[in-house]
Amino acid sequence: MRERLGIQLQETQLADKLRVGEVLALFRSFYRQAHGVDEVLALVELEEKRKARVVTLSGGQKQRLAVACALVSKPDLLFLDEPTTGLDPQSRRQLWDIIRRFRAAGGTVLLTTHYMEEAERLCDRVAIMDHGKVIALGTPRELIASLGAEHVIEFTLADGAASEVVTDAVRGLNGVTAVRPAPAGGAGGAISLTVKELHRTLPALLTLLQQRQVELASLTTHHATLDDVFVALTGRQLRDT
Amino acid sequence: MIREHPLYQLALSRMREFYREPEAVFWVFGFPIVLAFALGLAFRNTGPGKLQIGVARGPGDSALAATLDASPRLVATVLDTATARLRLRTGRIALLAIPGDPVIYRYDSTRTESGLARLAVDDVVQRARGRKDQVAVRDERAAAPGSRYIDFLIPGLLGMNLLGSGIWGVGFSVVQARQRKLLKRYMATPMRKSHYLLSFILSRLVFLIVEVVALVGFGWLLFGVAVRGSFASLAGITVLGSFSFAGLGLLVASRAKTIEGVSGLMNLVMLPMWILSGTFFSYSRFPDAMIPFVKALPLTALNDALRAVMIDGASVTTVGAPLAVVVAWGAVSFVIALQIFRWR
Repeated sequence: MRERLGIQLQETQLADKLRVGEVLALFRSFYRQAHGVDEVLALVELEEKRKARVVTLSGGQKQRLAVACALVSKPDLLFLDEPTTGLDPQSRRQLWDIIRRFRAAGGTVLLTTHYMEEAERLCDRVAIMDHGKVIALGTPRELIASLGAEHVIEFTLADGAASEVVTDAVRGLNGVTAVRPAPAGGAGGAISLTVKELHRTLPALLTLLQQRQVELASLTTHHATLDDVFVALTGRQLRDT
Repeated sequence: MIREHPLYQLALSRMREFYREPEAVFWVFGFPIVLAFALGLAFRNTGPGKLQIGVARGPGDSALAATLDASPRLVATVLDTATARLRLRTGRIALLAIPGDPVIYRYDSTRTESGLARLAVDDVVQRARGRKDQVAVRDERAAAPGSRYIDFLIPGLLGMNLLGSGIWGVGFSVVQARQRKLLKRYMATPMRKSHYLLSFILSRLVFLIVEVVALVGFGWLLFGVAVRGSFASLAGITVLGSFSFAGLGLLVASRAKTIEGVSGLMNLVMLPMWILSGTFFSYSRFPDAMIPFVKALPLTALNDALRAVMIDGASVTTVGAPLAVVVAWGAVSFVIALQIFRWR
Protein backbone atom coordinates (compact mmCIF):
# COMPACT_ATOMS: atom_id res chain seq x y z
CA MET A 1 0.00 0.00 0.00
CA ARG A 2 2.67 2.48 1.07
CA GLU A 3 4.73 1.52 -1.97
CA ARG A 4 1.96 2.85 -4.23
CA LEU A 5 1.12 5.95 -2.27
CA GLY A 6 2.77 9.36 -2.47
CA ILE A 7 2.00 11.78 0.34
CA GLN A 8 2.65 15.44 0.96
CA LEU A 9 1.66 16.59 4.44
CA GLN A 10 0.99 20.24 5.09
CA GLU A 11 2.85 20.39 8.40
CA THR A 12 5.99 18.44 7.43
CA GLN A 13 9.20 20.46 7.49
CA LEU A 14 12.07 18.70 5.75
CA ALA A 15 15.56 18.84 7.29
CA ASP A 16 16.96 22.33 6.73
CA LYS A 17 20.59 21.30 6.53
CA LEU A 18 20.22 18.77 3.76
CA ARG A 19 20.47 19.57 0.07
CA VAL A 20 17.52 19.07 -2.24
CA GLY A 21 19.21 16.16 -4.03
CA GLU A 22 20.10 14.51 -0.72
CA VAL A 23 16.53 14.66 0.58
CA LEU A 24 15.28 12.98 -2.58
CA ALA A 25 18.04 10.34 -2.49
CA LEU A 26 16.91 9.55 1.08
CA PHE A 27 13.23 9.26 0.19
CA ARG A 28 13.83 7.18 -2.92
CA SER A 29 15.86 4.68 -0.87
CA PHE A 30 12.69 3.68 0.99
CA TYR A 31 11.00 2.32 -2.14
CA ARG A 32 11.58 -0.76 -4.26
CA GLN A 33 10.69 1.19 -7.41
CA ALA A 34 11.56 4.82 -7.66
CA HIS A 35 12.41 7.66 -9.98
CA GLY A 36 16.02 8.79 -10.18
CA VAL A 37 16.78 12.02 -8.37
CA ASP A 38 17.28 13.88 -11.65
CA GLU A 39 14.06 12.51 -13.10
CA VAL A 40 11.92 13.64 -10.19
CA LEU A 41 13.64 17.02 -10.05
CA ALA A 42 12.68 17.48 -13.69
CA LEU A 43 9.07 16.57 -12.83
CA VAL A 44 8.84 19.46 -10.37
CA GLU A 45 11.23 21.79 -12.26
CA LEU A 46 13.76 22.06 -9.45
CA GLU A 47 16.80 20.88 -11.44
CA GLU A 48 18.87 23.97 -10.75
CA LYS A 49 18.22 23.66 -6.99
CA ARG A 50 19.68 20.17 -6.70
CA LYS A 51 22.66 21.37 -4.65
CA ALA A 52 20.78 24.01 -2.65
CA ARG A 53 20.09 23.44 1.02
CA VAL A 54 16.44 23.11 1.96
CA VAL A 55 16.64 26.15 4.24
CA THR A 56 17.47 28.42 1.29
CA LEU A 57 14.38 27.45 -0.74
CA SER A 58 11.38 29.73 -1.14
CA GLY A 59 7.97 28.62 0.10
CA GLY A 60 6.94 27.49 -3.37
CA GLN A 61 10.17 25.60 -3.95
CA LYS A 62 9.86 23.86 -0.57
CA GLN A 63 6.33 22.83 -1.49
CA ARG A 64 7.49 21.49 -4.84
CA LEU A 65 10.24 19.54 -3.05
CA ALA A 66 7.62 18.08 -0.71
CA VAL A 67 5.60 17.03 -3.76
CA ALA A 68 8.78 15.62 -5.33
CA CYS A 69 9.27 13.47 -2.20
CA ALA A 70 5.73 12.19 -2.77
CA LEU A 71 6.30 11.61 -6.49
CA VAL A 72 9.67 9.89 -6.17
CA SER A 73 8.13 6.47 -5.54
CA LYS A 74 6.21 6.54 -8.89
CA PRO A 75 2.94 6.37 -6.92
CA ASP A 76 -0.46 5.47 -8.38
CA LEU A 77 -2.19 7.62 -5.81
CA LEU A 78 -0.91 11.05 -4.83
CA PHE A 79 -2.24 12.61 -1.64
CA LEU A 80 -1.74 16.37 -1.39
CA ASP A 81 -2.72 18.27 1.74
CA GLU A 82 -3.31 21.94 0.91
CA PRO A 83 -0.32 22.04 -1.42
CA THR A 84 -0.73 25.68 -2.45
CA THR A 85 -1.69 27.29 0.85
CA GLY A 86 0.25 30.49 1.36
CA LEU A 87 1.91 30.46 -2.05
CA ASP A 88 2.13 33.30 -4.54
CA PRO A 89 0.10 32.99 -7.80
CA GLN A 90 3.17 32.03 -9.82
CA SER A 91 4.10 29.16 -7.49
CA ARG A 92 0.49 27.99 -7.37
CA ARG A 93 0.37 27.72 -11.14
CA GLN A 94 3.63 25.75 -11.16
CA LEU A 95 2.14 23.29 -8.68
CA TRP A 96 -1.06 23.03 -10.69
CA ASP A 97 1.01 22.14 -13.74
CA ILE A 98 2.79 19.38 -11.79
CA ILE A 99 -0.54 17.98 -10.66
CA ARG A 100 -2.02 18.14 -14.19
CA ARG A 101 0.99 16.32 -15.65
CA PHE A 102 0.69 13.59 -13.01
CA ARG A 103 -3.00 13.23 -13.84
CA ALA A 104 -2.34 13.20 -17.57
CA ALA A 105 0.15 10.34 -17.01
CA GLY A 106 -2.69 8.29 -15.50
CA GLY A 107 -2.22 8.98 -11.79
CA THR A 108 -4.96 9.61 -9.27
CA VAL A 109 -4.75 12.69 -7.05
CA LEU A 110 -6.50 13.24 -3.75
CA LEU A 111 -6.24 16.90 -2.94
CA THR A 112 -7.48 19.00 -0.04
CA THR A 113 -7.71 22.74 -0.47
CA HIS A 114 -9.41 25.86 0.79
CA TYR A 115 -9.25 27.42 -2.66
CA MET A 116 -12.48 26.66 -4.57
CA GLU A 117 -10.88 27.96 -7.72
CA GLU A 118 -8.16 25.33 -7.34
CA ALA A 119 -10.70 22.55 -6.87
CA GLU A 120 -12.69 23.78 -9.86
CA ARG A 121 -9.64 23.83 -12.13
CA LEU A 122 -7.98 20.58 -11.08
CA CYS A 123 -10.61 18.18 -9.86
CA ASP A 124 -12.93 15.71 -11.54
CA ARG A 125 -14.88 15.15 -8.40
CA VAL A 126 -15.22 17.51 -5.45
CA ALA A 127 -16.43 16.79 -1.93
CA ILE A 128 -17.22 19.79 0.24
CA MET A 129 -16.62 19.13 3.90
CA ASP A 130 -17.98 21.06 6.83
CA HIS A 131 -17.22 20.13 10.43
CA GLY A 132 -15.76 16.82 9.31
CA LYS A 133 -18.81 15.78 7.26
CA VAL A 134 -19.18 15.60 3.51
CA ILE A 135 -22.05 17.97 2.72
CA ALA A 136 -21.82 17.85 -1.08
CA LEU A 137 -20.20 15.55 -3.60
CA GLY A 138 -20.02 15.71 -7.37
CA THR A 139 -18.23 17.16 -10.36
CA PRO A 140 -17.63 20.91 -10.15
CA ARG A 141 -20.32 21.34 -12.85
CA GLU A 142 -22.88 19.32 -10.89
CA LEU A 143 -22.20 21.20 -7.72
CA ILE A 144 -22.60 24.56 -9.41
CA ALA A 145 -25.75 23.36 -11.09
CA SER A 146 -27.08 22.32 -7.67
CA LEU A 147 -27.26 25.99 -6.78
CA GLY A 148 -30.10 26.11 -9.27
CA ALA A 149 -28.61 29.21 -10.81
CA GLU A 150 -25.88 30.16 -13.18
CA HIS A 151 -25.12 33.69 -12.06
CA VAL A 152 -24.42 35.66 -8.96
CA ILE A 153 -25.20 39.34 -8.44
CA GLU A 154 -23.55 41.11 -5.56
CA PHE A 155 -24.37 44.68 -4.63
CA THR A 156 -23.94 47.11 -1.77
CA LEU A 157 -26.10 50.12 -1.00
CA ALA A 158 -24.76 53.62 -0.64
CA ASP A 159 -26.30 54.42 2.75
CA GLY A 160 -26.80 50.83 3.91
CA ALA A 161 -29.56 51.84 6.31
CA ALA A 162 -32.41 50.44 4.22
CA SER A 163 -30.68 47.18 3.32
CA GLU A 164 -33.10 44.97 5.26
CA VAL A 165 -36.11 46.42 3.49
CA VAL A 166 -34.43 45.85 0.16
CA THR A 167 -33.43 42.29 1.05
CA ASP A 168 -37.06 41.27 1.49
CA ALA A 169 -38.10 43.00 -1.68
CA VAL A 170 -35.50 41.36 -3.89
CA ARG A 171 -36.57 37.90 -2.77
CA GLY A 172 -39.71 38.38 -4.81
CA LEU A 173 -37.93 39.29 -8.00
CA ASN A 174 -38.32 37.00 -11.00
CA GLY A 175 -35.60 34.29 -11.25
CA VAL A 176 -33.95 34.83 -7.85
CA THR A 177 -33.20 31.44 -6.27
CA ALA A 178 -31.37 32.56 -3.15
CA VAL A 179 -30.56 35.71 -1.24
CA ARG A 180 -27.68 36.08 1.15
CA PRO A 181 -28.31 39.29 3.02
CA ALA A 182 -25.76 41.55 4.58
CA PRO A 183 -25.01 40.62 8.22
CA ALA A 184 -27.62 42.10 10.54
CA GLY A 185 -26.71 45.65 11.55
CA GLY A 186 -23.64 45.63 9.33
CA ALA A 187 -24.25 48.73 7.30
CA GLY A 188 -22.84 48.66 3.82
CA GLY A 189 -22.50 44.85 3.69
CA ALA A 190 -22.92 43.14 0.35
CA ILE A 191 -26.18 41.46 -0.60
CA SER A 192 -25.68 38.49 -2.83
CA LEU A 193 -28.31 36.99 -5.18
CA THR A 194 -28.05 33.80 -7.11
CA VAL A 195 -30.13 34.06 -10.28
CA LYS A 196 -31.02 31.89 -13.26
CA GLU A 197 -31.10 34.53 -15.93
CA LEU A 198 -29.00 37.60 -15.52
CA HIS A 199 -30.63 39.54 -18.38
CA ARG A 200 -34.07 39.32 -16.74
CA THR A 201 -33.27 39.77 -13.10
CA LEU A 202 -30.74 42.57 -13.37
CA PRO A 203 -33.09 45.17 -14.97
CA ALA A 204 -35.80 44.22 -12.50
CA LEU A 205 -33.37 44.76 -9.62
CA LEU A 206 -32.31 48.17 -10.91
CA THR A 207 -35.92 49.22 -11.33
CA LEU A 208 -36.71 48.11 -7.79
CA LEU A 209 -33.82 50.08 -6.36
CA GLN A 210 -34.89 53.14 -8.33
CA GLN A 211 -38.45 52.88 -6.98
CA ARG A 212 -37.15 52.64 -3.42
CA GLN A 213 -34.88 55.57 -4.15
CA VAL A 214 -31.74 53.88 -2.80
CA GLU A 215 -28.41 54.37 -4.44
CA LEU A 216 -25.99 51.61 -5.35
CA ALA A 217 -22.45 51.75 -3.99
CA SER A 218 -21.29 48.82 -6.08
CA LEU A 219 -22.69 46.04 -8.22
CA THR A 220 -20.89 43.06 -9.70
CA THR A 221 -22.03 39.96 -11.51
CA HIS A 222 -20.22 36.71 -12.25
CA HIS A 223 -20.80 33.16 -13.29
CA ALA A 224 -21.55 30.95 -10.33
CA THR A 225 -18.39 29.19 -9.08
CA LEU A 226 -17.56 26.55 -6.49
CA ASP A 227 -16.90 29.47 -4.18
CA ASP A 228 -20.58 30.35 -4.33
CA VAL A 229 -21.51 26.73 -3.78
CA PHE A 230 -19.26 26.56 -0.74
CA VAL A 231 -20.60 29.76 0.75
CA ALA A 232 -24.19 28.78 0.02
CA LEU A 233 -23.79 25.32 1.55
CA THR A 234 -21.76 26.17 4.62
CA GLY A 235 -23.75 29.37 5.14
CA ARG A 236 -27.03 27.44 5.19
CA GLN A 237 -25.44 24.92 7.47
CA LEU A 238 -24.54 27.66 9.91
CA ARG A 239 -28.03 29.08 9.94
CA ASP A 240 -29.48 25.64 10.65
CA THR A 241 -27.43 25.08 13.77
CA MET B 1 24.00 -0.77 -4.43
CA ILE B 2 24.81 0.06 -0.82
CA ARG B 3 24.37 3.73 -1.68
CA GLU B 4 20.72 3.05 -2.30
CA HIS B 5 20.10 1.15 0.92
CA PRO B 6 17.76 3.04 3.26
CA LEU B 7 20.00 2.41 6.25
CA TYR B 8 22.97 3.93 4.44
CA GLN B 9 20.93 6.94 3.30
CA LEU B 10 19.43 7.50 6.76
CA ALA B 11 22.81 7.31 8.48
CA LEU B 12 24.30 9.62 5.87
CA SER B 13 21.54 12.19 6.40
CA ARG B 14 22.11 11.95 10.13
CA MET B 15 25.80 12.71 9.73
CA ARG B 16 25.23 15.53 7.28
CA GLU B 17 22.74 17.19 9.58
CA PHE B 18 25.28 16.96 12.38
CA TYR B 19 28.45 18.22 10.74
CA ARG B 20 26.61 21.05 9.01
CA GLU B 21 25.74 22.41 12.47
CA PRO B 22 28.92 24.18 13.63
CA GLU B 23 27.70 24.61 17.22
CA ALA B 24 27.04 20.91 17.60
CA VAL B 25 30.49 20.10 16.23
CA PHE B 26 32.12 22.41 18.75
CA TRP B 27 30.25 21.02 21.74
CA VAL B 28 31.02 17.46 20.79
CA PHE B 29 34.62 17.74 19.62
CA GLY B 30 36.00 21.14 20.62
CA PHE B 31 34.65 21.51 24.13
CA PRO B 32 36.21 18.37 25.69
CA ILE B 33 39.56 19.34 24.22
CA VAL B 34 39.32 22.87 25.59
CA LEU B 35 38.37 21.38 28.96
CA ALA B 36 41.25 18.90 28.92
CA PHE B 37 43.66 21.70 27.98
CA ALA B 38 42.49 24.04 30.75
CA LEU B 39 42.45 21.34 33.44
CA GLY B 40 45.77 19.92 32.26
CA LEU B 41 47.35 23.35 32.65
CA ALA B 42 45.79 24.02 36.03
CA PHE B 43 46.90 20.72 37.55
CA ARG B 44 50.27 20.30 35.85
CA ASN B 45 53.08 18.86 38.01
CA THR B 46 55.64 21.58 38.80
CA GLY B 47 57.47 19.78 41.62
CA PRO B 48 57.20 20.83 45.22
CA GLY B 49 56.81 24.58 45.63
CA LYS B 50 58.95 26.76 47.92
CA LEU B 51 57.74 27.21 51.48
CA GLN B 52 57.42 30.74 52.90
CA ILE B 53 59.04 31.07 56.30
CA GLY B 54 58.91 34.08 58.62
CA VAL B 55 61.81 34.95 60.97
CA ALA B 56 60.89 37.09 63.99
CA ARG B 57 62.89 40.32 64.41
CA GLY B 58 65.40 39.99 67.24
CA PRO B 59 69.03 39.13 67.97
CA GLY B 60 70.40 36.70 65.37
CA ASP B 61 67.45 37.12 62.97
CA SER B 62 69.42 37.89 59.82
CA ALA B 63 71.82 34.98 60.40
CA LEU B 64 68.92 32.56 60.81
CA ALA B 65 67.13 33.97 57.77
CA ALA B 66 70.25 33.62 55.64
CA THR B 67 70.70 30.00 56.73
CA LEU B 68 67.09 29.13 55.90
CA ASP B 69 67.13 31.05 52.63
CA ALA B 70 70.13 29.06 51.46
CA SER B 71 67.94 25.92 51.35
CA PRO B 72 66.42 25.39 47.90
CA ARG B 73 63.02 24.63 49.40
CA LEU B 74 62.66 27.63 51.69
CA VAL B 75 62.19 31.38 51.32
CA ALA B 76 62.81 33.27 54.57
CA THR B 77 61.76 36.84 55.40
CA VAL B 78 62.51 38.84 58.56
CA LEU B 79 59.27 40.25 59.98
CA ASP B 80 58.31 42.30 63.05
CA THR B 81 55.99 40.61 65.57
CA ALA B 82 52.68 42.12 64.43
CA THR B 83 53.22 41.42 60.72
CA ALA B 84 54.48 37.91 61.45
CA ARG B 85 51.40 37.11 63.48
CA LEU B 86 49.09 38.38 60.74
CA ARG B 87 50.90 36.46 58.00
CA LEU B 88 50.91 33.27 60.01
CA ARG B 89 47.20 33.58 60.67
CA THR B 90 46.37 34.22 57.02
CA GLY B 91 48.59 31.41 55.79
CA ARG B 92 50.99 33.58 53.84
CA ILE B 93 53.86 32.09 55.81
CA ALA B 94 53.86 28.41 56.74
CA LEU B 95 55.92 28.82 59.89
CA LEU B 96 57.41 31.55 62.07
CA ALA B 97 60.90 30.86 63.43
CA ILE B 98 61.93 32.88 66.51
CA PRO B 99 65.73 32.97 66.88
CA GLY B 100 67.27 32.37 70.34
CA ASP B 101 68.09 29.41 72.48
CA PRO B 102 66.02 27.37 72.06
CA VAL B 103 64.89 28.31 68.55
CA ILE B 104 61.09 28.43 68.64
CA TYR B 105 58.90 27.23 65.71
CA ARG B 106 55.42 28.66 65.74
CA TYR B 107 53.01 27.02 63.30
CA ASP B 108 49.56 25.48 62.91
CA SER B 109 50.11 21.73 63.17
CA THR B 110 46.85 20.98 61.33
CA ARG B 111 48.15 22.55 58.11
CA THR B 112 50.01 20.03 55.94
CA GLU B 113 52.21 22.77 54.56
CA SER B 114 53.20 23.93 58.04
CA GLY B 115 54.06 20.38 59.07
CA LEU B 116 56.33 20.12 56.06
CA ALA B 117 57.85 23.49 56.90
CA ARG B 118 58.57 22.34 60.46
CA LEU B 119 60.56 19.35 59.16
CA ALA B 120 62.40 21.31 56.47
CA VAL B 121 63.31 24.24 58.75
CA ASP B 122 64.48 21.99 61.59
CA ASP B 123 66.55 19.98 59.13
CA VAL B 124 68.32 23.13 57.90
CA VAL B 125 68.80 24.53 61.41
CA GLN B 126 70.24 21.28 62.82
CA ARG B 127 72.60 20.80 59.87
CA ALA B 128 73.82 24.38 60.21
CA ARG B 129 74.74 23.52 63.80
CA GLY B 130 76.78 20.55 62.60
CA ARG B 131 74.41 17.55 62.54
CA LYS B 132 75.62 14.90 60.11
CA ASP B 133 73.39 12.60 57.98
CA GLN B 134 73.95 8.98 58.95
CA VAL B 135 72.57 7.33 55.81
CA ALA B 136 73.06 8.35 52.16
CA VAL B 137 69.73 9.01 50.38
CA ARG B 138 68.59 10.08 46.90
CA ASP B 139 65.28 11.65 45.75
CA GLU B 140 63.22 10.22 42.91
CA ARG B 141 60.20 12.17 41.65
CA ALA B 142 57.16 10.07 40.76
CA ALA B 143 55.67 12.41 38.16
CA ALA B 144 55.90 9.80 35.43
CA PRO B 145 53.09 9.65 32.85
CA GLY B 146 50.31 7.45 34.17
CA SER B 147 50.10 8.86 37.68
CA ARG B 148 49.30 12.50 36.97
CA TYR B 149 45.92 14.21 37.11
CA ILE B 150 45.77 14.58 33.35
CA ASP B 151 46.20 10.79 32.99
CA PHE B 152 43.18 10.36 35.24
CA LEU B 153 41.26 13.11 33.47
CA ILE B 154 41.55 12.13 29.79
CA PRO B 155 39.73 8.75 30.10
CA GLY B 156 37.06 10.46 32.21
CA LEU B 157 36.56 13.17 29.60
CA LEU B 158 36.38 10.50 26.92
CA GLY B 159 33.60 8.75 28.83
CA MET B 160 31.77 12.00 29.45
CA ASN B 161 32.08 12.91 25.79
CA LEU B 162 30.65 9.57 24.66
CA LEU B 163 27.72 10.09 27.03
CA GLY B 164 27.10 13.65 25.89
CA SER B 165 27.32 13.07 22.18
CA GLY B 166 25.27 9.88 22.42
CA ILE B 167 22.44 11.52 24.29
CA TRP B 168 22.53 14.87 22.53
CA GLY B 169 23.21 13.50 19.09
CA VAL B 170 20.36 11.03 19.23
CA GLY B 171 17.94 12.91 21.48
CA PHE B 172 17.90 16.20 19.63
CA SER B 173 17.60 14.68 16.15
CA VAL B 174 14.72 12.43 17.15
CA VAL B 175 12.74 15.15 18.88
CA GLN B 176 13.41 17.64 16.10
CA ALA B 177 12.16 15.14 13.52
CA ARG B 178 9.08 14.51 15.65
CA GLN B 179 8.41 18.22 16.14
CA ARG B 180 8.75 18.92 12.42
CA LYS B 181 6.37 16.03 11.66
CA LEU B 182 9.14 14.30 9.74
CA LEU B 183 8.59 11.10 11.71
CA LYS B 184 4.95 11.19 10.63
CA ARG B 185 6.04 11.71 7.04
CA TYR B 186 8.48 8.77 7.23
CA MET B 187 5.68 6.62 8.60
CA ALA B 188 3.80 7.21 5.36
CA THR B 189 6.64 5.57 3.42
CA PRO B 190 7.60 1.89 3.50
CA MET B 191 10.67 2.82 5.61
CA ARG B 192 11.36 0.26 8.35
CA LYS B 193 11.30 1.63 11.88
CA SER B 194 14.30 -0.48 12.80
CA HIS B 195 16.29 1.12 9.98
CA TYR B 196 15.46 4.54 11.31
CA LEU B 197 16.62 3.71 14.84
CA LEU B 198 19.68 1.78 13.65
CA SER B 199 20.79 4.71 11.54
CA PHE B 200 21.43 6.68 14.73
CA ILE B 201 23.65 3.96 16.08
CA LEU B 202 25.55 3.68 12.80
CA SER B 203 26.20 7.39 12.51
CA ARG B 204 27.26 7.47 16.16
CA LEU B 205 29.85 4.82 15.32
CA VAL B 206 31.42 7.01 12.65
CA PHE B 207 31.59 10.06 14.90
CA LEU B 208 32.91 7.92 17.72
CA ILE B 209 36.12 7.29 15.79
CA VAL B 210 36.64 11.02 15.34
CA GLU B 211 35.87 11.75 19.00
CA VAL B 212 38.25 9.12 20.38
CA VAL B 213 41.07 10.00 18.01
CA ALA B 214 40.70 13.72 18.71
CA LEU B 215 40.73 13.46 22.50
CA VAL B 216 43.27 10.65 22.91
CA GLY B 217 45.50 12.22 20.25
CA PHE B 218 45.29 15.58 21.98
CA GLY B 219 46.20 14.10 25.37
CA TRP B 220 49.11 12.23 23.85
CA LEU B 221 50.51 15.15 21.87
CA LEU B 222 50.24 17.83 24.54
CA PHE B 223 50.56 15.96 27.81
CA GLY B 224 52.10 12.64 26.78
CA VAL B 225 49.06 10.71 28.00
CA ALA B 226 49.71 7.23 26.67
CA VAL B 227 47.35 4.32 26.10
CA ARG B 228 49.01 1.51 28.05
CA GLY B 229 46.57 -1.18 27.01
CA SER B 230 45.87 -2.23 23.41
CA PHE B 231 44.09 0.06 20.99
CA ALA B 232 41.78 -2.83 20.15
CA SER B 233 40.61 -2.93 23.79
CA LEU B 234 40.11 0.83 23.78
CA ALA B 235 38.16 0.62 20.52
CA GLY B 236 35.99 -2.23 21.84
CA ILE B 237 35.14 -0.39 25.03
CA THR B 238 34.33 2.90 23.31
CA VAL B 239 32.09 1.14 20.77
CA LEU B 240 30.14 -0.59 23.55
CA GLY B 241 29.90 2.68 25.47
CA SER B 242 28.72 4.55 22.43
CA PHE B 243 26.01 1.97 21.62
CA SER B 244 24.87 2.01 25.20
CA PHE B 245 24.56 5.81 25.32
CA ALA B 246 22.81 5.91 21.95
CA GLY B 247 20.24 3.54 23.47
CA LEU B 248 19.92 5.83 26.47
CA GLY B 249 19.51 8.78 24.09
CA LEU B 250 16.69 6.99 22.26
CA LEU B 251 14.98 6.26 25.54
CA VAL B 252 15.24 9.89 26.66
CA ALA B 253 13.82 11.04 23.31
CA SER B 254 11.21 8.31 22.90
CA ARG B 255 8.23 10.34 24.13
CA ALA B 256 9.28 14.00 24.28
CA LYS B 257 7.44 16.28 21.88
CA THR B 258 9.50 19.46 22.21
CA ILE B 259 13.17 20.36 22.27
CA GLU B 260 12.63 22.09 25.62
CA GLY B 261 11.12 18.95 27.09
CA VAL B 262 13.90 16.69 25.91
CA SER B 263 16.60 19.15 27.05
CA GLY B 264 15.35 18.90 30.60
CA LEU B 265 15.30 15.11 30.46
CA MET B 266 18.81 15.00 29.03
CA ASN B 267 20.20 17.17 31.79
CA LEU B 268 18.39 15.03 34.33
CA VAL B 269 20.20 11.98 32.98
CA MET B 270 23.62 13.52 32.38
CA LEU B 271 24.29 15.95 35.24
CA PRO B 272 24.23 13.38 38.08
CA MET B 273 26.59 11.15 36.13
CA TRP B 274 29.02 14.00 35.40
CA ILE B 275 29.35 14.54 39.12
CA LEU B 276 29.03 11.00 40.49
CA SER B 277 30.80 8.92 37.89
CA GLY B 278 34.38 9.96 38.58
CA THR B 279 34.93 12.12 35.54
CA PHE B 280 36.86 14.91 37.24
CA PHE B 281 37.68 13.27 40.58
CA SER B 282 37.63 9.75 41.95
CA TYR B 283 34.20 8.54 43.10
CA SER B 284 35.90 6.93 46.12
CA ARG B 285 35.45 10.34 47.75
CA PHE B 286 31.74 9.64 48.12
CA PRO B 287 30.50 7.89 51.30
CA ASP B 288 30.87 4.11 51.24
CA ALA B 289 27.11 3.61 51.28
CA MET B 290 26.80 5.42 47.94
CA ILE B 291 29.54 3.52 46.12
CA PRO B 292 27.45 0.51 44.94
CA PHE B 293 24.88 2.90 43.49
CA VAL B 294 27.57 5.02 41.84
CA LYS B 295 29.20 1.91 40.38
CA ALA B 296 25.90 0.85 38.82
CA LEU B 297 25.78 3.99 36.66
CA PRO B 298 26.80 3.40 33.04
CA LEU B 299 29.28 6.28 32.94
CA THR B 300 31.04 5.04 36.09
CA ALA B 301 31.39 1.59 34.57
CA LEU B 302 32.65 3.01 31.29
CA ASN B 303 35.14 5.30 33.02
CA ASP B 304 36.46 2.42 35.13
CA ALA B 305 36.94 0.28 32.04
CA LEU B 306 38.61 3.10 30.10
CA ARG B 307 40.99 3.90 32.96
CA ALA B 308 41.86 0.26 33.45
CA VAL B 309 42.89 0.01 29.80
CA MET B 310 44.48 3.43 29.33
CA ILE B 311 46.29 3.83 32.66
CA ASP B 312 46.83 0.30 33.97
CA GLY B 313 47.23 -1.39 30.60
CA ALA B 314 44.54 -3.94 31.41
CA SER B 315 43.13 -6.05 28.59
CA VAL B 316 39.47 -5.96 27.68
CA THR B 317 38.86 -9.36 29.29
CA THR B 318 39.68 -8.08 32.78
CA VAL B 319 37.04 -5.35 32.68
CA GLY B 320 34.11 -7.68 32.03
CA ALA B 321 32.11 -6.56 35.05
CA PRO B 322 31.95 -2.82 34.23
CA LEU B 323 31.38 -3.61 30.55
CA ALA B 324 28.44 -5.83 31.51
CA VAL B 325 26.95 -2.83 33.33
CA VAL B 326 27.47 -0.65 30.23
CA VAL B 327 25.88 -3.20 27.88
CA ALA B 328 22.96 -3.87 30.23
CA TRP B 329 22.06 -0.18 30.37
CA GLY B 330 22.21 0.09 26.60
CA ALA B 331 20.18 -3.04 25.92
CA VAL B 332 17.47 -2.28 28.48
CA SER B 333 17.13 1.35 27.30
CA PHE B 334 16.94 0.30 23.66
CA VAL B 335 14.23 -2.29 24.31
CA ILE B 336 12.13 0.09 26.41
CA ALA B 337 12.64 2.88 23.87
CA LEU B 338 11.34 0.62 21.07
CA GLN B 339 8.24 -0.20 23.14
CA ILE B 340 7.26 3.33 24.07
CA PHE B 341 8.59 5.26 21.06
CA ARG B 342 6.13 7.90 19.80
CA TRP B 343 6.26 7.91 16.00
CA ARG B 344 3.94 10.90 15.52
